[in-house]
Amino acid sequence: MPTDPVIEVRNVTKTFAGVRALDDVDFTLNRGEIHALVGENGAGKSTLIKVLTGIHSPDVGRISRNGRISTIYQEVNLVPLMSVAANLFLGREPRNRFGLIDRVRRDAEAAELLTSYGITADVRSPLGTLAVGEQQMVALARAVAADAEVVIMDEPTSSLEPREVETLLEVVHKLHEAGIAIIYVSHRMDELYRICDTVTVLRDGRNVHNGPLKELPRIELVSLMLGRSVNEIQKHGTTAFGEDHHADAQPVLEALDLTSKPRINGINVAIRPGEVVGLAGLLGSGRTETAKAIIGALPLDRGTVLVAGKPVPHNVKAATKAGISMLAEDRKTEGIIPNLSVRENIVLAALPRLSRFGVTSRIRQDRIVDTFVKRLRIKVSSPEQKVAELSGGNQQKVLLARWLCTEPRILLLDEPTRGIDVGAKAEVQALIDELAREGLAVLLISSELDELLDGADRLVVLRDGEVAGELEEAQLTREHVLTAIAAEVMDDADSH
Amino acid sequence: MTLTATRTRWLQDNGVYVAVVALLLFNALFTANFLSVGNFRTQLIQAAPVLIVALGMALVIGTEGVDLSVGAVMALAAAIIPLYLGAGPLPAILMALTVGLVAGAFNGFLIAKVGIQPIVATLALLVGGRGLALVIADGQLVQLHDPAFLALGTDDLLGVPTSVLTAGLLALTVAALTNRTTFGRQLVAIGGNRRAATLAGLPVNRVLVGVYTICGVLAAVSGVLATSRLAASDPADMGLLMELSAITAVVVGGTPLTGGKVRVLGTVMGVVLMQLVRATLIKHNLPDSIAQMIQAAIIVAAVYVARERR
Repeated sequence: MPTDPVIEVRNVTKTFAGVRALDDVDFTLNRGEIHALVGENGAGKSTLIKVLTGIHSPDVGRISRNGRISTIYQEVNLVPLMSVAANLFLGREPRNRFGLIDRVRRDAEAAELLTSYGITADVRSPLGTLAVGEQQMVALARAVAADAEVVIMDEPTSSLEPREVETLLEVVHKLHEAGIAIIYVSHRMDELYRICDTVTVLRDGRNVHNGPLKELPRIELVSLMLGRSVNEIQKHGTTAFGEDHHADAQPVLEALDLTSKPRINGINVAIRPGEVVGLAGLLGSGRTETAKAIIGALPLDRGTVLVAGKPVPHNVKAATKAGISMLAEDRKTEGIIPNLSVRENIVLAALPRLSRFGVTSRIRQDRIVDTFVKRLRIKVSSPEQKVAELSGGNQQKVLLARWLCTEPRILLLDEPTRGIDVGAKAEVQALIDELAREGLAVLLISSELDELLDGADRLVVLRDGEVAGELEEAQLTREHVLTAIAAEVMDDADSH
Repeated sequence: MTLTATRTRWLQDNGVYVAVVALLLFNALFTANFLSVGNFRTQLIQAAPVLIVALGMALVIGTEGVDLSVGAVMALAAAIIPLYLGAGPLPAILMALTVGLVAGAFNGFLIAKVGIQPIVATLALLVGGRGLALVIADGQLVQLHDPAFLALGTDDLLGVPTSVLTAGLLALTVAALTNRTTFGRQLVAIGGNRRAATLAGLPVNRVLVGVYTICGVLAAVSGVLATSRLAASDPADMGLLMELSAITAVVVGGTPLTGGKVRVLGTVMGVVLMQLVRATLIKHNLPDSIAQMIQAAIIVAAVYVARERR
């Protein structure tokens, strides 16, 4: 196909609060192609989309757009209380001769449009009464009816039933035939390989791969997404955790048959004292949900969590009391209390223990805060500094300190090194190592393969909310992990 | 840029004190008979019930909530008093406070356990509470004659009017509660980031129920003192629009409506400021309508200054 770009992005860099969300990125979308945009969380996909649609303007670089762009988000952004037809024609309703909205014509045209996509829904019923898949189809139809030449679809199938996915992919195919260019963001390998022509892989804000998708083996694609960032990870060989160290010890944490449909299904994880168990898998495979299920923050259909053989009631308070702590993935929304000082953030979870008859003791707080600020090398002007003023790495250390204050037995770490600078990253990794050596059981969730390979003694690989494989220390190689994540070899073996 | 930011921050933190000092200076210079013990007594006695309610409101707002039912709870307390005054002032007061406690706990239950938004949950009691108070009192204003009860509103303790002393002690208690207890710090943390507080294993529901209960009890205390001062139980008018005065004082005092911060001294000063504004305008013979507009301007200014936050 001759190159005929509708969107061209050259050398775009975009920085948020000192963090490079996009770093010298090139991206070309040709007329009529379906272009997969992939990368792990925080790789820069959303930022790139926002730069493309003009929501953000780049710090450096230029963008040329030669067509109307329409974006369809995972969460449909239409008006749920208005009728389907009203949504389809929102802002460009057909008018009658008095300049008023011609409802009859609008509804008729809407019905015709939807039928052409194989959707049978009453165009006069409120959009919110439709299934999510149908709503997404309406959003697509709206985009096309608005003469969009580029449609960006951000995880369109993540909340759809398999049957709805089929219909959606058919519609995507129709758009393709009509010559509309599509940027398709998804983590579902099957979908990507079925419909996409080309692929762009982002990692840490950089464009690490561009090219035809069909020629790229799945395992290679996964490997590109998860990446190898040499030198970034402090090498601390797994040998430090000798097998004899804990091989015969009883697991301190056992999670049995954790199920919360549709996110996770029958997940089993066991961790022994002093062991770091890695949780691997792509975005949406159920890693965070598993951790949240263990700490009691995710309602369960069934499943049990045992600490030292005793069942723990399924709520955060009980889990915390039993010695489970969780470092949440999203520091801002689930971690720090921005208004409060570093000291108060650190002592938050341990406050009752640092108080007498409900009255807080400043002396005890200062003592423990001082210990952890020194031990974790948290860079603060004073413990009274507001935590919001700290860098990401130091905020992460504050949160680690918050949990260590409670003297936990089990530490669940969800992406502990995401979004923090290289130096702090190595420090946090070394700290995890140290904590495990002191006898803590650690569950480590990471999108970075190297972090898992170097940091974990054992890996549990998740895929689509289920355990896809367990890898013991001897099997901890890139190839094994990638194979388990991509499921390519196994699937091939089954089909031949 | 940073200089403006620093200046804005300073104004956010100290604006209310500056305004109070400025008004005091203005009145000392231009208002006749302002600097007299009698005048200050009057001002403080008028401010005391608002302050007591505002203290509870500050705690509620600190959790990113609001309590619209405080005026209705005051009316309920007022309606209860004559029913039990025959048994003596102490039982009557205890019953009134119990009603405040139950009302507050009910709000807390709706908000924490049922998950209704604070503004809606407490709106229900704003409407229903006053209705219930009127039913209890049969819609009547009742004159009160128990001398021991009326003494609450007229007598001094240690040279200070009882209601003012009560308000002062309660302010100190609430300040200590906020800054020095586990409950207080958890309250602020929940207001600052509820999801993080939940994940940190904090007893979120218990703290929320506690906060609304405290707010209800404080509103009842205020209702008792105001009733005693009025020497009559008047459920129709008692505490009318009190929720707005309390919210105003809290916001003007620098506690953000977004939660995560409680400023007790600021709230005290917020009440004092609003009281001074009204007194100044009255003493200069400006009509009430003007006073209301000036109060509105102060609220807008306070919110405007607070807007820069974050």
